[in-house]
Amino acid sequence: MTVTEDAATLAPAKEVGQPRRRKEDARLITGRTTWTDNMVLPGMLHLAVVRSPVAHARITGIDVSAAQQAPNVVAVYTGRDLAEEQGSIPCAWPVTADMVNPGHPSIAVDQVNHVGEAVAIVVGRSKVAATDAVELVDVDYELLPPVLDLEEAVADGADLVHDQLESNTSYHFVFDAGEAGTGTDTEQAFADAEVVVSRRLVQQRLIPAFMEPRSVVVQPQGDNYTMWSATQVPHVLRVMAAMVTGIPEHKLRVVAPDVGGGFGGKLQVNPEEILCLLLARRLGKPVKWTETRSESLMAAHHGRGQVQFIDIAADREGNVKGLRVRLLADMGAYLRLITPGVPALGAFMFPGIYKFPAYRFECDGVFTNKVPTDAYRGAGRPEATFAVERIMDELAVELGMDPLELRRKNWIKAEEFPFTTVAGLEYDSGDYEQATQKALELLGYDELRAEQKRRRESNDPVQLGIGFSTFTEMCGLAPSRVLGSLSYGAGGWESASIRMLPTGKVEVVTGSTPHGQGHETAWSQLVADQLGVPFEDVEVLHGDTAVAPRGMDTYGSRSLVVGGTAVVKAAEKVVAKARKVAAHLLEASEDDLEFADGKFAVRGTPGASVGIQEIALAVFAAHNYPEDVEPSIDAEATFDPVNFSFPHGTHLCAMDVDTDTGMVKIRKYACVDDVGTIVNPLIVEGQIHGGLAQGIAQALYEEAVYDADGNLTTGSFVDYLVPSAADLPHFDTANTVHVAPGNPIGAKGVGEAGCIASTPAVVNAALDAVRHLGVSDILMPLTPERVWRAIHQGGDGGDRATAGTNAYGGAQTESTAGVSTPASSLGGDR
Amino acid sequence: MIPAPFQYARPTTVDEALQAIAEGGEDVKILAGGQSLIPVMRLRLAAPETVVDITRVGELRGVREDGDALVIGAMTTHHDVITDPLIAQYAPLVAEATETVADRQVRYRGTFGGALAHADPAGDLPAVALALDAEFVIAGPGGRRTVPAADFFVDYLTTALEEGELLVEIRVPKLTGQWGMRYEKFNRVAQAWSIVAVAAAVRREDGHIAEARIGLTNMGPTPLRARATEAALAGADATPEAIASAARQAAEGTSPSSDLNAQADYREHLVQVLTRRAVSAAAGL
Repeated sequence: MTVTEDAATLAPAKEVGQPRRRKEDARLITGRTTWTDNMVLPGMLHLAVVRSPVAHARITGIDVSAAQQAPNVVAVYTGRDLAEEQGSIPCAWPVTADMVNPGHPSIAVDQVNHVGEAVAIVVGRSKVAATDAVELVDVDYELLPPVLDLEEAVADGADLVHDQLESNTSYHFVFDAGEAGTGTDTEQAFADAEVVVSRRLVQQRLIPAFMEPRSVVVQPQGDNYTMWSATQVPHVLRVMAAMVTGIPEHKLRVVAPDVGGGFGGKLQVNPEEILCLLLARRLGKPVKWTETRSESLMAAHHGRGQVQFIDIAADREGNVKGLRVRLLADMGAYLRLITPGVPALGAFMFPGIYKFPAYRFECDGVFTNKVPTDAYRGAGRPEATFAVERIMDELAVELGMDPLELRRKNWIKAEEFPFTTVAGLEYDSGDYEQATQKALELLGYDELRAEQKRRRESNDPVQLGIGFSTFTEMCGLAPSRVLGSLSYGAGGWESASIRMLPTGKVEVVTGSTPHGQGHETAWSQLVADQLGVPFEDVEVLHGDTAVAPRGMDTYGSRSLVVGGTAVVKAAEKVVAKARKVAAHLLEASEDDLEFADGKFAVRGTPGASVGIQEIALAVFAAHNYPEDVEPSIDAEATFDPVNFSFPHGTHLCAMDVDTDTGMVKIRKYACVDDVGTIVNPLIVEGQIHGGLAQGIAQALYEEAVYDADGNLTTGSFVDYLVPSAADLPHFDTANTVHVAPGNPIGAKGVGEAGCIASTPAVVNAALDAVRHLGVSDILMPLTPERVWRAIHQGGDGGDRATAGTNAYGGAQTESTAGVSTPASSLGGDR
Repeated sequence: MIPAPFQYARPTTVDEALQAIAEGGEDVKILAGGQSLIPVMRLRLAAPETVVDITRVGELRGVREDGDALVIGAMTTHHDVITDPLIAQYAPLVAEATETVADRQVRYRGTFGGALAHADPAGDLPAVALALDAEFVIAGPGGRRTVPAADFFVDYLTTALEEGELLVEIRVPKLTGQWGMRYEKFNRVAQAWSIVAVAAAVRREDGHIAEARIGLTNMGPTPLRARATEAALAGADATPEAIASAARQAAEGTSPSSDLNAQADYREHLVQVLTRRAVSAAAGL
């Protein structure tokens, strides 16, 4: 797309719809801003964490004496020292009444349950001093058998992660459409079905891999504390940290300065955040902790991690009759903020865009000796979308139908919106056929199908496949009452306020804290239109609980839909207040005023007008304003949506598969997304591109791999492969627009769309290329080795070896745990 | 992550460098481009007592001709190798392989000699040096010695360099006659190390393959020559069938590792495919 800054020349152009370049980018990209780790406070101490190098063990002894005596070390603490005051990392989403939560210490006391868990902490006068002393802490472990495999963990007689519990199952969550009254009986539907296709699909563990590592600084001032953290959720963090530590909420201020990405990975109350708070309280000095990349990959929460058993029922004509899903969801060792809720978020999305009459979902949350899982871009919905889009292809193969025809036969028609699905969700608006037609044109579908046929007939070593993903997602998290019905611990509203400054400039305060999305630009566009003020006159404030006291922060493609709507509603209130003052100043009736382009004008009286920016000055001076109002036109609003929004789209992937080597390469990728009204096309395009990169990465590149001892093998970016632009194709993108009826902007949300939709399109494309060679599934990521094995040896490609690459001197070694390894004296000259 | 403390020396001549190495204590590391050493120090996988930084030793940079050989200074950066006209003329295989190393930033810093002395089995340049029968000129307290590539790579990350020695230049024979060359690299993402790669130089004569030199990357703890394939190609017809047949022997004598990217049997398969492709391209097919 083209980037244009110039607006139309005649009437002032609407800001909404303009591809504005993001006003925050210059400072974010050049680093001329306050990242948390840039902060230096007088007397600041530095925290370094001694981490467990073993996955499952009792701690039988910790000797900290050498570390205590190291130069510039102020203190060394173990879990035992902090046991009385550390509480538990909170879990805000008990998805069932009988969910088992073993508690999550910020620092292990008696037992470690995953590699990377904190076992001791060193406080130094410098980061170097603290880091050096980490290696001097000597911990004795009595090893316990690690529980690593989900299916083994739920088998009879399995070793237990938490031996005080009866099993490794935290909860059993069920949604049955028959019981809920939103569908027919599922067992009956399967009993009556002409065709049933069943598959076991695997969602590998992923690592959010945000660009800015986690970082926190806590400053004590008397009995007040200020915490700066690279977090997505300063408001949630404040509440939770207060509850965990007992520091009264009004004595704790949390600031998220500019934050460099999160993807859900910073939607968390981190152990290190709590530890810094406890240390600042104990020592009376500012404390900083910033993780290394190795620590981040090992100890920050992961995402995905599911084994999916999915059955689909249909008749011979391809009418779907029922869907049955049973999940094993990897919780990891503990429950963090919304760990158990992630699969539950997906529970309602497995039916996708299709009109299933019957549906049953069951999920076991399973403990393993791995770092906890939690939110990661899409959180539950990518897993669901992957399963349904994969099983639709499998059903098409079983029926001998074209996969697109099967989809078309079963999807919700444009005229059927709003449509209540078998999961009980009311899909708001859209047209799946229109998006699909546009995507087929973008891809050049017919030509590629013809080429595929030619290559198949000539037995070309490079085969071509085309994969579909016709998806929808549930965005705009979330209606508070719905969250309540799902036992979530908070609401889903959002808050905004607008302050009209005396010079007519505008401060917009949003509770939806950005971490790279471009809120400052988009909110400025919204307010410029609402108030008729120049885009440049708007400043957006966020992220500091003292500045933006109320908020629910940024995740789940919610910011524009919920937070943006709060801004619009606040602006409407500003205009309403200003109208009274304008009427007073113009000596006219409010009813005779019309507001356009930032001015109140008296209808039928040319020249009689006053601008809203002038009114801001008038109420600041407050010499002349109506008797019955306060001298202010500032306003705030809180918006709580009634329903979710449902973006949708059609993603098509054309894939070359080299059958000699197993290498897959995306030949062409086309997608048409309907995200409702587009406020800023450039930001939407960027979100789609980034989402595609992440979704494709799940299909082709990324996987958190643990070895048989529970060590994270993919412990650096040498082995955890995050693709760069060089590894990704050109994206052909377009949009259809069906306005969301649930908010005045008409937006549906875009942050997760690309990530949710792309993964099954890519896998379906690879399978389409080699299906005729007998391949029906390949485990993700589709490494060349797996693809080659699936083609030449059958099966799904099988497990990968769990050793890290031999390149780079075996850089995956757990050096940050302070464990010296034989590799630390590698030979050779560098 | 922060490296463990170390002593630091920055000489400006080879003699000064040798002296700094001699005085550096038990565990001395030489910093060339730093693209491997510094990350490994930051991960604390290496904690040398002394780092001798030779980035200011100007005499080690650049490419020159010396009779039948090209002489590449050990500190010549990858970028300078790629853009050097002599290398383009006499050893294009070196430039082609170097272009696949990591990314642009790394290629501006990383050096030819540093990569060879590091001897990472997944690194691209050792197999090229081996295929081209390069010679390694090593300076030490007792003077200079020359080691052929076949003897230079000893084991995983281990070379013939002894304590107190410094790699100063690499002599690459100019190839005369009708040579074609190809570096066939296989990796999952652009910036990654080779899972397997094959460096091939092929001399054509009258529709035949007169001579083939094939170096293998990451098929064992050191770079290897595909000797059986080379023997099968000597005098063979320059046909796809003959090349494919010879390439099927490419895994003979290799001992590849199993890791996340590939298990050993898959590497043994890959090397055959890549050898066929590299030799075919080098032979102009």
